Amino acid sequence: MDLIYLLFILALSVFLGFALISRVPPLLHTPLMSEANAICGIIVVGALIAAGAEANSPLTIFLGTSAVALATFNVVGGYLVTERMLKMFKKKS
Amino acid sequence: MNNDFFTNSVYIISSVLFAFGLKFLGSPVTARRGNMLSALGMFLAVLATLVNGHIINFQWILIGIIIGASLGALVAFKAAMTQMPEMIALLHGCGAMASVFVDWTAYHVHGATDLTNAITLYLSIVIGGLTVTGSAIAWGKLSENIPGKPILFTGQKWLNGAIITAIVILGIMFLLQTTRYDLFLIILGLSLFFGIFMVIPIGGADMPVVISVLNSYSGIVACTTGFVIHNTLLIVVGSLVGANGIILSIIMCKAMNRSIGNVIFGAFGSVIKKTVTDKKKEAKAIPVEDAFLILENAKSVVIIPGYGMAVAQAQHAVRELSELLESNGCDVKYAIHPVAGRMPGHMNVLLAEANIPYDQLMEMDAINPLMDTVDVAIVIGANDVVNPASRTDTSSPIYGMPIIAADKAKTVFVLKRSMATGFAGIENELFYYDNCRMIFGDAKQTLQALVAEFKSSQQH
Repeated sequence: MDLIYLLFILALSVFLGFALISRVPPLLHTPLMSEANAICGIIVVGALIAAGAEANSPLTIFLGTSAVALATFNVVGGYLVTERMLKMFKKKS
Repeated sequence: MNNDFFTNSVYIISSVLFAFGLKFLGSPVTARRGNMLSALGMFLAVLATLVNGHIINFQWILIGIIIGASLGALVAFKAAMTQMPEMIALLHGCGAMASVFVDWTAYHVHGATDLTNAITLYLSIVIGGLTVTGSAIAWGKLSENIPGKPILFTGQKWLNGAIITAIVILGIMFLLQTTRYDLFLIILGLSLFFGIFMVIPIGGADMPVVISVLNSYSGIVACTTGFVIHNTLLIVVGSLVGANGIILSIIMCKAMNRSIGNVIFGAFGSVIKKTVTDKKKEAKAIPVEDAFLILENAKSVVIIPGYGMAVAQAQHAVRELSELLESNGCDVKYAIHPVAGRMPGHMNVLLAEANIPYDQLMEMDAINPLMDTVDVAIVIGANDVVNPASRTDTSSPIYGMPIIAADKAKTVFVLKRSMATGFAGIENELFYYDNCRMIFGDAKQTLQALVAEFKSSQQH
């Protein structure tokens, strides 16, 4: 893919990130960070290709499988712990 | 080609869902829905990648997913809320390591295809490498497996300078000869080393900044990896996470009146001057029974918690006291300083866990204008964040740091073990103010004693 398109996506995403995150209240900054960890686990899509591609050598199998495990750890751990925290925030009844 | 079109279309949907996830975190009412949407986006992205056709071999993927998912679930359910900062540090490290492994695989299989690819590969392994070990050290400090104090040794700056120079020079060599696998590995190794030396001189009190900075690095690494393997979704998500880390770092630095450079290169602990007190001042103690009488007549109370409250496990006792105060017709609010916990927003989570409703939790800027109408401010396990020296004493190391104006309240109670100083090692002149009374002892026991006084007075 053309480098310029990737840079285009980068510029707009950074802008979107700043716009969205500056609206999150300090009250929720910890869950925000754990959710950021969870979505950072999106590296799993790269890891899946690394682990499942053809012509594997022992090194790429090791790297790919470890990457899948680490990224999945982030995804599952991140989302579950965010949910656990958010569940605790209650309004006065 | 058609498969790629399908996968990329799903990636667009995932990006939108991730963006909505963050948008819905704008309010605690919608936050859980946002988290679900975000998780749905992740699920779709994984599914679309799996059916894409590039993947032939599923056995290793399955093994990786089973290991990662079970460990992730285990840690997510077992971690105590006080341990959240270490868990986050662990996640930063794992995410960065996954990125580095993906970069390495890409290099091993395809090599560096062109100069852009080589540059992003280089950036990715450098930032990724230092994030992996930096997070590991941060995790160690937060979980107290290694001393939280700044670890300093002679020649530290020279060593760091040498490592950075080596990384830069070897990087230029690598860009000129991208087939040099040995250079690739040495650069990765040096970056791993650098991560250790970058975090080890930073003290425990600065961890909120370190965590935020590492958060932005882990996003940037996902982003550069996206450039390496030409994956748009990685670029989008990496930018979102990178922006998140940068914003939180800035907020934390402002709250501590420090610059990021000062935190990372300054090693706070080493530059403290002892403030010499010329006058002999004395703090006034008050017994629990008298404190109760004042609280019983108070119409408004603001509780200012610090991490010491969490250490004493006093959150539930605090909630009990505040419920009794409220049933006595008193208005109770909590004033939360941005660095009250060990990471951004940490104190709010600790109080929410103790069933304290979030609408009672006030940000520093919201509560400060109201402080002079407050009858009693109760400071629990906090010190530096209520030190008025930050407003008046230009020689104080914390001069200029925004504080919660506890001293403006009609009466201030400070629950404290002893007269010891806080993280910054600075004496707190609030304790000597005329409207301030110290209640010495374990915070939890003091609060329980106050609760007992309230209960016995209700029975009569």
